[in-house]
Amino acid sequence: MAVTSAPTAEVLVRRSLSAKKRDVRGRVFEAVLILTLLVSMAVLVVLLLDVALDSRSVWGERTLGNFLTSQLSADPATAGIRQALVGSLILMIFTAAIAFPLGISAAIFLEEYAEDNRFARIVNANIRNLAGVPSIVYGLLGLALFVKILGGITGPEVEGRSVISGGLTLGLLVLPIVIITSVEALRAVPNSIREGAFGVGATKWQMIRHHVLPVAAPGILTGTILSLGRAFGEAAPLLLVGGITTFFQSGDATPVEQLRGRFSAMPVLVFRWASLPQAGFRALTAALIVVMLVALLLINATAIYLRNRFEKEL
Amino acid sequence: METRTQTDKTVDLTKEEVRTPSFDVSSLAGQGDPMLAQNPVMIDVRGLHVYYGDFLAVKNVDMPIRQNEITSLIGPSGCGKSTVLRCFNRMNDLIETARVEGVIEYHGVNLYGDSVDPVEVRRRVGMVFQKPNPFPKPIYDNIAFGPRIAGWNGKMDDLVEESLRRAALWDEVKDKLHESAYALSGGQQQRLCIARAIATSPDVVLMDEPCSALDPIATLKIEELMLDLKKDYTIIIVTHNMQQAARVSDRTAFFSVDVSERGRTGYLVEFARTQDIFTKPEKKQTEDYITGRFG
Repeated sequence: MAVTSAPTAEVLVRRSLSAKKRDVRGRVFEAVLILTLLVSMAVLVVLLLDVALDSRSVWGERTLGNFLTSQLSADPATAGIRQALVGSLILMIFTAAIAFPLGISAAIFLEEYAEDNRFARIVNANIRNLAGVPSIVYGLLGLALFVKILGGITGPEVEGRSVISGGLTLGLLVLPIVIITSVEALRAVPNSIREGAFGVGATKWQMIRHHVLPVAAPGILTGTILSLGRAFGEAAPLLLVGGITTFFQSGDATPVEQLRGRFSAMPVLVFRWASLPQAGFRALTAALIVVMLVALLLINATAIYLRNRFEKEL
Repeated sequence: METRTQTDKTVDLTKEEVRTPSFDVSSLAGQGDPMLAQNPVMIDVRGLHVYYGDFLAVKNVDMPIRQNEITSLIGPSGCGKSTVLRCFNRMNDLIETARVEGVIEYHGVNLYGDSVDPVEVRRRVGMVFQKPNPFPKPIYDNIAFGPRIAGWNGKMDDLVEESLRRAALWDEVKDKLHESAYALSGGQQQRLCIARAIATSPDVVLMDEPCSALDPIATLKIEELMLDLKKDYTIIIVTHNMQQAARVSDRTAFFSVDVSERGRTGYLVEFARTQDIFTKPEKKQTEDYITGRFG
């Protein structure tokens, strides 16, 4: 018995260890997951390929610089996106100037100063809801408030359909997102850091200024830049507050006049060009989409770069 | 109002006993160590109750803390040791619902008086926390922050060096003062936090289980450091480790806890010289805890 038991045990163990008891359900589940991933990626790839292929004729005939700097026009052979490009850029700056200070300040108040009472909870829940409100609703708000009521201030020459109105509307649109991401970033700062600062005799302001904000900055920055990406791609609210796509001249206007003047923006232009019947605009639309996608990629890359840089400093 | 020195005690023992019957005052009178006996009271806690909302978390704490001594607060979990500790620098103010009744007199001034600014209190009563919590900044800035915001305008490099030397950390970090404090080990981080606490030259240093996250060697270093620091500072330490209390502290406060349906209410059982608490406790409860029959 003793002689035969040793090899028997080894054989038994080997058999039980190598027995292929397949975890069938687990494998099926994994396969389904891979499949869903492939489907969503395929949709994306097809979309990108389609747009790239459609825009080929434009890149064949014109240079990128020519497309970017030519004026808006009804003639597909010469039409460019200059006003839309500049318009989008100015709108982004304006939106950031409105939404960042307001949103970050509101977040600091909510997270660091406000007492945790019923009122604060209602405000918090509402901001979260506001972030989910469809952008067209913000467009209606912008139309009623900045264009109709405040038109005399935002753009007297153009019935309120100005850069200011567009920028304010987009600012309102991303404000809840800026607040939420900033609140999350502040909440992620460990309380031990706050205690440490208080422990050496810091006031609340010194604690926030020297310890909480530097730690939260990468998160706040990433969130706010990503929210700009959202504003960058919005067409609906700008259609309502008067983004236009026909030729207009604003070359010799002062900066204030420009802000109070009419504007165009890339997503609005996509919407208009896509609805035009001429075949030439089909390719132009595709080219414009490619430009927008690259711009979005740059915005997101900037956010990631800045976050990594800040995090390294800690 | 009063500085209760050793002389007061011996002269008027009966009065003491009436006012604070929860511990035997005669045991406080220095037995053996004449220096110990002469240390004046720096912080006098009288009739302290702490509430969270309307729930009583800690009741009836009377405890004179003496200058240049190490006072340890021990007791089972949830008995309110940390809550009491955090009253000494008004850290409980940060909890919205916390409310304190009673008197904590610091050099005769009630820390919970109307005109007292908690920020000023914390500049005089420093704190070291359970988990090392250096700022995510260079070592130098960790030390310099406190003095800087307090408006200190001497030579900062010297102050940083002196604080680090005092915390027995200088030799280990002198070549990397401008590297992140997060690169240090846990024990080094905790000594950095001690250096940070003493950089503002406080009178009192509070330590909330400073060694609970450290290995035995780092713990030993911190304990040696505490014994060295008490020449210049008054130290109050919360510890779970009875041996630690026995090793480092001059006086020990033993807390226990009443458990009711609404929660746990901590209270002071006995406060006496450490050697008395560990060798001849007055209360049965203390003895049970010390000998391991409870908690």
